[in-house]
Parts: sequence; C-alpha cells; structure tokens
Amino acid sequence: MAAIPGGADHAHDHAHDHPSGIMRWVTTTNHKDIGSMYLWFSFAMFIVGGIMAMVIRAELFEPGLQVVDPDRFNQMTTLHGLIMVFGAIMPAFVGFANWMIPLMIGASDMAFARMNNWSFWLLPPAAILLTTSLLVPGGAAASGWTLYPPLTVQMGMGMDMAIFAVHILGISSIMGSINIVTTILNMRAPGMTLMKMPLFCWTWLITAYLVIAVMPVLAGAVTMILTDRHFGTSFFNAAGGGDPVLYQHIFWFFGHPEVYIIAIPAFGVVSQVIPAFSRKPLFGYASMVYATSSIAILSFIVWAHHMYTVGMPVAGQLYFMFATMLIAIPTGVKVFNWVATMWRGSLSFETPMLFSIGFLFLFTLGGFSGLVLSMTAVDVQLHDSYYVVAHFHYVMVAGALFSAYAGAYYWLPKWTGHMYDEKLGKLHFWLSLVFFNMTFFVQHFLGLAGMPRRIPDYALQFAEFNMISSIGAFGFGLSQLVFLVVVLKCLKGGEKASAKPWDGAEGLEWTVPSPAPHHTFETPPIIK
Amino acid sequence: MGLSLLSGLAQAEMKLNLQEPVTELGHKVYDLHLLMTIVCAVIFVAVFGVMFWSVFVHRKSAGHKAATFHESTTVEILWTIVPVFILLGMAWPATKTILAMRDTSNSDITIKATGYQWKWGYDYLKGDGAGISFVSTLSTPQPQIRNEAEKGADYLLEVDNELVVPVGKKVRILTTANDVIHAWWVPALAVKQDAVPGFIRDTWFRAEKTGTFRGQCAELCGKDHGYMPIVVKVVTEDEYAAWTDGQLKAMAAAADDPDKMYELGEFLPRGEKVFAANCAACHQANGKGLPPAFPPLDGSKVVLGPQDDQINVLLHGRSGTAMAAFGHLSDTEIAAVITYTRNSWGNATGEVIQPSDIKMARE
Amino acid sequence: MTKEASVEADGRNRSTLIRLVVSAFLMFGFGYALVPFYDKLCQVLDINNLNKQDTDVPLNTQVDRSRSVTVEFDANVLKMPWSFKPVSSSVVVHPGEIATVEYEVSNTLPTAMTGQAIPSYTPTQAGQYFQKLECFCFQQQTLAAGETRVMPIAFLVSPSLPKDIGTITLSYTFFEVPGATAAAPGDSRRAGGG
Repeated sequence: MAAIPGGADHAHDHAHDHPSGIMRWVTTTNHKDIGSMYLWFSFAMFIVGGIMAMVIRAELFEPGLQVVDPDRFNQMTTLHGLIMVFGAIMPAFVGFANWMIPLMIGASDMAFARMNNWSFWLLPPAAILLTTSLLVPGGAAASGWTLYPPLTVQMGMGMDMAIFAVHILGISSIMGSINIVTTILNMRAPGMTLMKMPLFCWTWLITAYLVIAVMPVLAGAVTMILTDRHFGTSFFNAAGGGDPVLYQHIFWFFGHPEVYIIAIPAFGVVSQVIPAFSRKPLFGYASMVYATSSIAILSFIVWAHHMYTVGMPVAGQLYFMFATMLIAIPTGVKVFNWVATMWRGSLSFETPMLFSIGFLFLFTLGGFSGLVLSMTAVDVQLHDSYYVVAHFHYVMVAGALFSAYAGAYYWLPKWTGHMYDEKLGKLHFWLSLVFFNMTFFVQHFLGLAGMPRRIPDYALQFAEFNMISSIGAFGFGLSQLVFLVVVLKCLKGGEKASAKPWDGAEGLEWTVPSPAPHHTFETPPIIK
Repeated sequence: MGLSLLSGLAQAEMKLNLQEPVTELGHKVYDLHLLMTIVCAVIFVAVFGVMFWSVFVHRKSAGHKAATFHESTTVEILWTIVPVFILLGMAWPATKTILAMRDTSNSDITIKATGYQWKWGYDYLKGDGAGISFVSTLSTPQPQIRNEAEKGADYLLEVDNELVVPVGKKVRILTTANDVIHAWWVPALAVKQDAVPGFIRDTWFRAEKTGTFRGQCAELCGKDHGYMPIVVKVVTEDEYAAWTDGQLKAMAAAADDPDKMYELGEFLPRGEKVFAANCAACHQANGKGLPPAFPPLDGSKVVLGPQDDQINVLLHGRSGTAMAAFGHLSDTEIAAVITYTRNSWGNATGEVIQPSDIKMARE
Repeated sequence: MTKEASVEADGRNRSTLIRLVVSAFLMFGFGYALVPFYDKLCQVLDINNLNKQDTDVPLNTQVDRSRSVTVEFDANVLKMPWSFKPVSSSVVVHPGEIATVEYEVSNTLPTAMTGQAIPSYTPTQAGQYFQKLECFCFQQQTLAAGETRVMPIAFLVSPSLPKDIGTITLSYTFFEVPGATAAAPGDSRRAGGG
C-alpha cells in the first residue's frame, strides 16, 4: 500500500473518490490532480508572461516610444523573465514530474502527498504578488530578472513584493524537489533499479538535487538585498564595506545551475519521445545518465562566465572560459545519442516527435551560440547585447518550451483518454517553428551590430530586424492559442485513446488504461 | 548557419556581423568570432545532415524497419574524444586574444568615464588635455523620441559633448559610477567595461583610424538606460592638440564669476541648459514630471514656495525619494536652474536667484 | 504491500526528507558563507580590498632603481556635496621607494559631515604590491562646514611588482557615513547583521 506519512488522508480519499467542487482541488493530495493543477497554472503564467513579451515587442516594433514609458518597459522585461522562469517553465516540468514519475516507476502516489498539495498552493499567492506589484506606487521591480544591486536598492515596494514572491516560489520548488527525490529513491516498484528507470525520472532526480542545492542560495541573495534595502546592512554597498559584484557571484552561482534546472527535465522528455517515434530503444542510455550528471556538476563551476565584463583577473577569465567550454562535451554526447536513436529507426512524425526534432535542432543552435559566448574575448563584445537574448531564448523557448509541448502531446491521450487533434497539433508546431525563428534568429544580428538588451528604444540601424522580430513574436504568441484549443478539444472528446496509443512507446505508464484512473499501482507492478 | 541564406538581405543595409572594428584587438575579436561561427556551422551541418538523412530515409511511411541497436562503446568514446580536440583547437586562439586584451599599462592618455543616471562624465587624467572634464548627455531632442519629429540619422546615438581622442595613441579608460552599475561599450573599438560604484575598472583601445564611433551603456541602470550613449571621436594628433587647447581655454573662461548679478532674460537660457542636462530626465522638459516617482515642477509647491527651501532641496537632495543632491553643480548653475524653474511653463514668479544666494545658503 | 513494509517505507521517506531539508538549510547558509569567503578570496588575490591597513611593511626594502612605475591618482565622491581631488595627478616612483602625495577635500555644505574613502586599484592585482604607510582612508573623515583639508598618503610600491605592470591607478571614492561619529573604519561594515 501507499507509503505516505499522510496515510489517513489517503484513506479519506478512498472514502470519497472524487469530492466535487472547488474543495476537491484545494484539498487534493492526488498526484494526478496536483500535476494537472501545476500544468494549468504554468500555462496561465505562460500567457501572462507572454502578454508582457507582446508589450515589449510592440514597444520595439519601431524606433521611438509608442506603447509604454521606459520605466514600465523595464518592469515588463523584469516580470517577463521572473514569471517565465519561476512561474511557467519550472512549474510546467514539476507538473510533468507529478503526473508521470509515479506512473513511470510504479508508485501509487508521491512520497509526501500533503506536502505536494502545499507546494502547489504556494504558487498562486506568489503569482498574485508578482502581477499585482505592477499596480503599487512606483510600479513593479524594474531591475531585470537578475535583480542586480545597487539598482534594486533604489526601487519601490514592487521590489519587496518581487523578493517575497521569489522566496515563496523558491520554497515551493524546494518542497516539490524533496518530494520528487524521495519518491524516486524510495518508492520504485520492486525490480525497478535506478538504471532501469525511464530517462525522464533520471533527469528529474538530477534536477531536483540541483534545485535543493541552489534555490536556497538565491533565497539568501535576495534576502541580503532585502536587508540592504530596509535594515541597514551593506552586503552590496561599497560605502559600508560591501561589494555590488559579490551579488553577481552569488546570483550566478544559483543562476547557471538554474539554466540546467530548466533544460535537464526537457532532455528527459525528449529522451522519452524520440525512441517512441523511432520505434527503437534510446541509444546510449547509460552515457545519457552520465552526461546529464556531468552537465549538472559542471554547472556549479562556470557561473562567472556571466560576468566577464565586471573586471576580473585574466586567470579567472581563462578558467571560466575553459570550464564553460567543457560543458559542450556532455551536451554533445546527448545530441549525438538522440541522433543515433533516430538513425535506422522506423520514424513517424506525430506532433510530439515534431516538437522533439524542433527541440533538437534549435536547442543545438542555442548551444552553439553558447559556445561562441563562452569565448571571453567575443563575450566581452556580445555581453548584454541582443545576441545573448537570442541565445537564451533558443535554449529556453526552443529548448524547454518545445520539449514541454512534445511531452504534453505525448501524454495528453493518457491524461484525458482522448486523442488530440493531430492536424491542429501539427499546425501548432509549424507555426511555432516558423515564428520562433523569425522572432529570435534575427536577434543574433542585432546583438552583433551592437544593440544592447533591455532598452525600450533603439537607433535607426536596428529598425528592420526589430520589426521582423516583433512580427514574429506576435505570430508566435497567437500560435500558442492553437495549443489551448487542442487541449480543450481533447478534454471534451475525440477519438478514444487506447492504453498505449503510440505503438513504439515503452514504460509502465502505458500499462494503465487511458485516461489514467484516479488511483494507479496501488499494488506495485513487478519489474523483471 | 543561415548567414549565406540571408546574405541577400545584407543589401538592404542589414548588418549580419560584428561592426567593422577599428582597433587591432577588434580585428582579433572579429576574426575569432568568425572562426567560431564557421566551425560551429560546419559541425551543425554535419550532425543535422545525418539527422535529416535519417528523417528522409528511415521513415516508417517509406516502409523502413527499425534496427534494434542501442549502444556502441566505440562510437560513444569517439564522439566524446573528438569534441575535446575540437575544443582544444578553439581554446588556443581564444586564449591568445584574452591575453592581448589585458595589458592596460603605459597608456598615452588616461580618461576616467563615470556613469551617472543617465549620462557619462569624462575626466582626462593623464596625457595632453589632462584636466579637461565634461559631462556627455544624449542630444537627441525629445520630440524625436516622442515621434513628433523626423528622427535624425544618429537617433539616440548622439551626444552634446563627444569624447575626443587622438588616433594611434593608447587610450586607457577607467570606469566607475556614481549611483548604480553602468557599462561603457563602444562596439567598433571592441571595448566593454562595467562601471561599478565605489570601484574603478579599466580597459583600453588604440584606434587605427579617425572617425566617430558610437556605443551605448550596456548594463541596465534604471529608467533611461537606453538613453545614455557614448560617442568617441577619433581625430588626428594635430586636431587633438587644437581641441585640448580650446577646451582648456574654454574651461578657464567658463569659470563663472560667482559675484556677478544676472538679469532674468540672460539667465533663463543658461538655466534651461542646466535643466536639460540634469533635471529633464525625471521632471521632463515640459515640467510635468512622471508622477508618482518624479513629481511635476510646473505648479509645484516647492518651486513656487520660499526660495530657501528650494535651494535647500537642490543642495542636499531629499532623502527617501529619488531626488538627489546637486551640490556638485556650481553656484551659478544652481542659481540659473532655480531661476529657470520659477519662470517656466505655468510658473511666473519673476524672481531671479543670484549665485550669491546659493553661496550664502552653502555657508 | 504488508503493513510492516509500509511502516518501513514511511521511515525511509522520513529520513530522506530530513536529509534533504537539512541540505536545503545548509545551502541557504552557504549563500551567506559566500560573503566572507568572497572577502577572503579578494583579500588573497587583492581584488577590491577595502580598508586594508598595511601595517607590517618592511621599511628597509631595497629600492629598485632599474625601473620606474607610474602611479596615477584619481578621486570620486559618491552622491556627496564634497569636492575631492588629488593635488598631483601622477608620480613616477622606483619600486621600493617611499613617496608621499596629497589629496584635497572640501565640504561645500553648511553643516559638518563625515565620509569614508574607499581605495580601488587598477590593474586589480596591483593592489597587493601597493603598500600604504599612511592614508586618510584608514579613518573616517569628519569635515566641518566649508572646511578644506589637505590629506597625505605615504606609500611604496613593492619591488616584487611584476615587470609587466608599468602603470598603477589608485582611485579613492568618498562615501557619506550617515549619522556617524568618527569611528574606526570597518565598524560601519554590515552593521545590523550579516
């Protein structure tokens, strides 16, 4: 039976299998309910952050100030970053973890069901804090999502709300991660050894450790800002013996692993989808596990490559450059493994596979621009320019978001019991692919030509590419509504999905009926 | 990647690469970036050539049957080792360029660039022209930004006082800041250096040819981050000598007589200048401000109230608000700007504040 | 699963939980530990080393007359109505030679005010070869209304300065010490916690 401390809760669940009304969602401790709430929440946040991106691109559509004043513009870029990173992408993958990890390892639920409920319900208050900070006097935080002091010390109460929101989101993701680690380590079905786990579980295990290691560091950094602002400390103020650059070190000690907290679960999803539609097992499973672990470990020792221009000794620049270049090796191994998985397979191109191939293609492009940026001398030119904006959107959007879509289409039949509309799904993919590149590819050129990031207005030589980028962004934003239509249609009806709708798919999640019943694997399956 | 595809667009004056460098280091960076991009493009094409071959040939719809292999130690070791060598090949030129970047010693001219919210201050510390000191602010008129006038060719990349340096001389730039972190970036000179309040950092360049090179602040520094450009004018040595001579003379002449009594009419233009350079970013040229953070001066109680209170606010700032202290301005400048605010927009007190009033208030 | 197995799994989960929660708290502490660690690292590498008092200076160092180093001086005030400048903008010294230069500071305010000067060097690694025997930056400076003060610095550049450093810039920035009575430097540091 379920091994959860909240055993009484569980019994309660049994008594009323589907309590109705809003209280069902507020009190639920079921991993599938909580997973769904995470996914809906992250999609809502994705829309909110997306609207902010639309405001940004509307302002940048042509030179001059049209839509917002510069201060609002900075608030938009700041909240767009914070919301997309902490409110959209991270909760989306936690949602996948909640839904799929127990199903994949043959557990009946997450290890700490009640804590699971808390970690979700912390998110909405944080989201409300962030969005309503736009309405307070002085507006929201306008210092960029990196919250560099001394600029953050100048801001109004919107900044305090952002710091508080970051604290809450941090606690939520730490609780979620503790749950995931415990579930994976202790609750696997008999015979499911670690090296037999689906790769998605492996990537989440590694990610969860990263979260537990670095989110508290971020919490510490923003707490220092808070006390510098209100309680007279001088961590980052030279006048009191502090140093603003220290914040950047602490922030990026969190910030670089954070990049992999976002990317590694994406690797996991793609590693499930590509073999399924290649009808061939994942190539180099063991080397995938080792490569992912090396990426995670390396991510702790490269942080200062975000700070080449703050003035560091040459030895430091050289060290961080070499360490950063090293990351290309395990990342390369992963890309080669995916391509080798497809090689001589029997490929078909349903929407999840299309998004996975899109991921592979564009994430690698983002990886290469990252390699270019790792060269200190080149980075000094490109740092804080649109080249960097293009680079990390290739990694975050074409990387994390595309893979989240791949996962969503892949598991929608399992979640809803219906097949999604394949035509609309493909339309969603092709629109996203074209508009994504239209938005972000040209930003490489803007950065090379010398356009700084986070500016509301620009010189005339940047006008053409900005217009292309803005049109692309509007197109990309609208295309995402296609996804909403697909999901709603799929929830309402459609072709009945069998327990295993994809003929090449492997794993325990396909042994339970579609839609997955409220309680699964109450008796653990035996893995040979 | 994609570069050749888009080369047709290049005709439409769309720049696809780094700006044409004008320093030796800039050429090195330019070449290094090009080399990296080409190497990456070749690998990209090779890897995805394989993938797309697979996509076209190994399709289920074409009747391809899946193989069953799922590992090959030889291949896996090979594609771990080969990238190591490629990376070593990349690291070599990258390291050489870094080492070439750092030698800031033995400059001919040293200039300190101080970042303010939102303008740059320049102090010539060493070399011909030592002692020259000025502030460089955006000179693009507000109507162009507000789309009420045709935008000029150097829209947002033009300043009132350009940084002038001689060609072929090693110029060392010290950076620091007065409030938050800024960054001094001129792409054509291949320099970017953060300016951190309380600390100095340095960078250097030696321009190979004359011309005007434009850059911008690269580190988000608040509301007008996008409006503090950097313009470097590289001139011949003779022109530079003439310029420094003129500047030093002008500075001596501009030292205002603090005891002079001004008339309203002659004082207003001076006040408007001081206002545009120091106050308009927040309080706006039309005096309407940007409430609530930046209150309007037009009709303001402080501006229309007792003179001493307003002088006090300017000299000492107002703690707990964004209003900074402007005690570093000269008595004449402060007097001029107060006179201007009390006699502009809807304000018409008719009062003239004299430099001697400020002097008295300071004592 | 039997009841015993379930209890056993509960215990395992709880111990994992405790381990992970403790790790999270340790990492929060680690974030704070980075502060003194960074200070120490900066001290060792001599980057951004503030308020350094070079007490153990070997006064009988050999003067290296074979080469000379240009030392440039710079001055900044951060949001303070003080004027502050070096009397001479640079001197040329031989390594090991003691030199004295002066800075002039004046308070333009009608009230007394206290400031603390913070030194900063470029190139950053030059700081460790730069030894100040006497400096106004060792103490907070309180200037009366309208007072002007000329303040000396005595320093020497260590003969072990690497040969490739030919120019050192020493820059001071004056900060206001709010509501301060003249206290020792460093007392204001992180007052109130941390």
